[in-house]
Amino acid sequence: METLGRSFADAVGLLWNMDPALIETVVLTLEVTLVALVIALVIGIPVGAAIGLTRHLPGRWLIVPLIYTGMGLPPVTVGLFTYLVLSNQGPLGGLGWLFTPAGMIVAQTIIALPLVVGLTMAAVQGVDPNLPVQMVSLGATRRQVASVTLLEARVGVTAAVVAAYGAIISEVGAVMLVGGNIEGETRVLTTAIVLETRRGNFALAMALGIILLSLAFLTNFAFHRLQVHQGVR
Amino acid sequence: MAAVEREEHASIASTASAYPLILLLIVVMLLAVSCAGKTSDGERVLRLATTTSTNDSGLLDALLPSFESEYNARVDVVAVGTGQAIALGEAGDADVILVHARAREEAFVAEGHGTARSDVMFNDFVIVGPTDDPASITGIPLASDALASIAATEATFASRGDDSGTHSKELSLWDAAGMSSDPDAGWYKSLGQGMGSTLNYSNEVGAYTLTDRGTFLAQGDSLQNLRVMVGGASIDDNADPSLLNPYGVIPVNPDKGGIDAELADRFVEWLTSIETQEQIEIFGIESFGQPLFYPDSMAWRNR
Amino acid sequence: MTATYELTDVRHCYGDRCVVDIPTLEVRDGEILGLVGPSGAGKSTLLRLLDFLETPTQGRITYAGTEIDGDASLSTRRDVTTVFQRPMLLKRSVAANVRIGRKLRGLDTKCGNTERWLDRLGLTDLADAPARTLSAGEAQRVALARALVIEPSVLLLDEPTGNLDPYNVGLIEEIVRSENTESGTTIVIVTHDVFQARRLADRTGLMVAGSMVELADTEAFFSTPQEPQTAAFLRGDLLI
Repeated sequence: METLGRSFADAVGLLWNMDPALIETVVLTLEVTLVALVIALVIGIPVGAAIGLTRHLPGRWLIVPLIYTGMGLPPVTVGLFTYLVLSNQGPLGGLGWLFTPAGMIVAQTIIALPLVVGLTMAAVQGVDPNLPVQMVSLGATRRQVASVTLLEARVGVTAAVVAAYGAIISEVGAVMLVGGNIEGETRVLTTAIVLETRRGNFALAMALGIILLSLAFLTNFAFHRLQVHQGVR
Repeated sequence: MAAVEREEHASIASTASAYPLILLLIVVMLLAVSCAGKTSDGERVLRLATTTSTNDSGLLDALLPSFESEYNARVDVVAVGTGQAIALGEAGDADVILVHARAREEAFVAEGHGTARSDVMFNDFVIVGPTDDPASITGIPLASDALASIAATEATFASRGDDSGTHSKELSLWDAAGMSSDPDAGWYKSLGQGMGSTLNYSNEVGAYTLTDRGTFLAQGDSLQNLRVMVGGASIDDNADPSLLNPYGVIPVNPDKGGIDAELADRFVEWLTSIETQEQIEIFGIESFGQPLFYPDSMAWRNR
Repeated sequence: MTATYELTDVRHCYGDRCVVDIPTLEVRDGEILGLVGPSGAGKSTLLRLLDFLETPTQGRITYAGTEIDGDASLSTRRDVTTVFQRPMLLKRSVAANVRIGRKLRGLDTKCGNTERWLDRLGLTDLADAPARTLSAGEAQRVALARALVIEPSVLLLDEPTGNLDPYNVGLIEEIVRSENTESGTTIVIVTHDVFQARRLADRTGLMVAGSMVELADTEAFFSTPQEPQTAAFLRGDLLI
């Protein structure tokens, strides 16, 4: 109980004092996660929409279970896979992305992508199947049908964004393996928490956890505001 | 119409009566899972908190079965960083701790967290580095001199950065070289990770690092890029006394509650006994051509 | 009178099941054509063919003098629109729904067209309301406004007033009639309500099992049906 109480006090203290190491860690956390999220959205939303909208997709019997499986990938396994690929002995070792934020972004994008694709696909499939017909009758091109349908499914698509964001900002296995938790270079909130726990600094680790949750909450609050605002339009 | 309604009612009723059954099933599953953790035949459990490097060496895997069968006990080894292992002891979440951080061990006992400290064994640290040796430290007898050279050439150095025993040793060596380790220098990488990961990193990018010999030997095959630079080919050849690393075992103070003090004391007795010490003496010779640890309990010294 | 549509030997089949079988049909420029018949007669499918939502399995459709070969071009498709029995509105405001057609065409949405149609269909007060809050009648009026805003050459209606109260039925019929009179829009309306056909259509056709049994000027169709099936249908007998 004492540790928990101290953690809240520590968390507030750290933020209040704008501890530079903490600021650095928070900034890197946001950088890596948000870049990975954006890449996953740019690729994943169109792919998910396409799969959801295409009535007779060849190989659907295989593709959909693969996507669902991808949604449950253990982050540490993704991290290991990315590590092996980016390692000196791996196929993409020449990029030099191992133990850098770039490598961490790759790993987190891989984790986020199936979530975005799968949930967007489900959201689009939830739209009334008669809608595309009505839109075509009103003169929509195929691309316009897709974008109108995506907009109709915006609540579900936003949920996809939120789910992907939640998954990657809180994961530790992949960024630890691929990033290496190097102070000042690849240390993010989750790996810092592991480190402080290992050091026995439980209160500090808890404080970092509280900060991480607050970060997640603030961003999700913003996402939800966006959802509500869109609903009224 | 009535028939359909009756059908609906029947199916709802059967679903409703299924709930207690489902609840029972869940309770049974939970019990089964929790029972899986329990011991059989009145087996006792000893919670041992130790460091990752000790565990990674494989020594405990080799030694513990004899303790477990002799005392009909099961040893749950929690391998974490030195700081965390000590914290577990302080919280009473472990019955006995086995670490290698002398000053902190003595403080642990002085503050009343542990009953008494006993010598167990020691091993040594070495500095390993990339085969091309940019800082030219191969064969330098003293570690602090080697570190000075690394700093001068600004060769990449990987630190565990996690307040572990190894990390503490590393910091004391920088101290001895007359410099403070500076994480802001681009060539000094503070990883905040265990020994295995730090070695992987060093192997990958070609960095120098301080490691206990045991972990380095145990991981040998996957570290093609690294060689021992300071510390010699075996502990006999290690010319730097500051690279020696003594281990201590401390039973946790039973005043904390929930401690199996009797079993902890038996464990210390067993670990420091001549029989076990002999096992420690030969561990590693078969796999690596050299022992990884040197027995050093009081009983051993007095034999 | 020129023909907007000319259908020749048109058959549309789903696998082995042929739902439309029309050797010849003409939809005349600026007329209101009513289609009646039992459920499953193929009336809706015919409308889909006229809206170029599907290409007939066999036969030729000529639109505005040009034979449609394969898929109709985008500009041809955009000449025709359908109001279905279920409005299918978007999760947006009423005004946004009405504007959607112009938006899809990349046309300026600021011009007064939207306001005019909102007004004519009694929707001005509801312009900013979310579409999901509308009653069935209001929603269908939005669907009609949405269709008329794009000023189609051909307006197709598939049972547009099936579930509506008399007020909305009356309003929608009045708009349809005046659209035809004022703008000369060609209209094809499928309806289960034979009286509606009698009220609105210039010509009326009876479809049964995919075929056009009889097609005549509305008055003649109702007062002096030529085919026994027509007479039976008008009497209320079950056909087939």
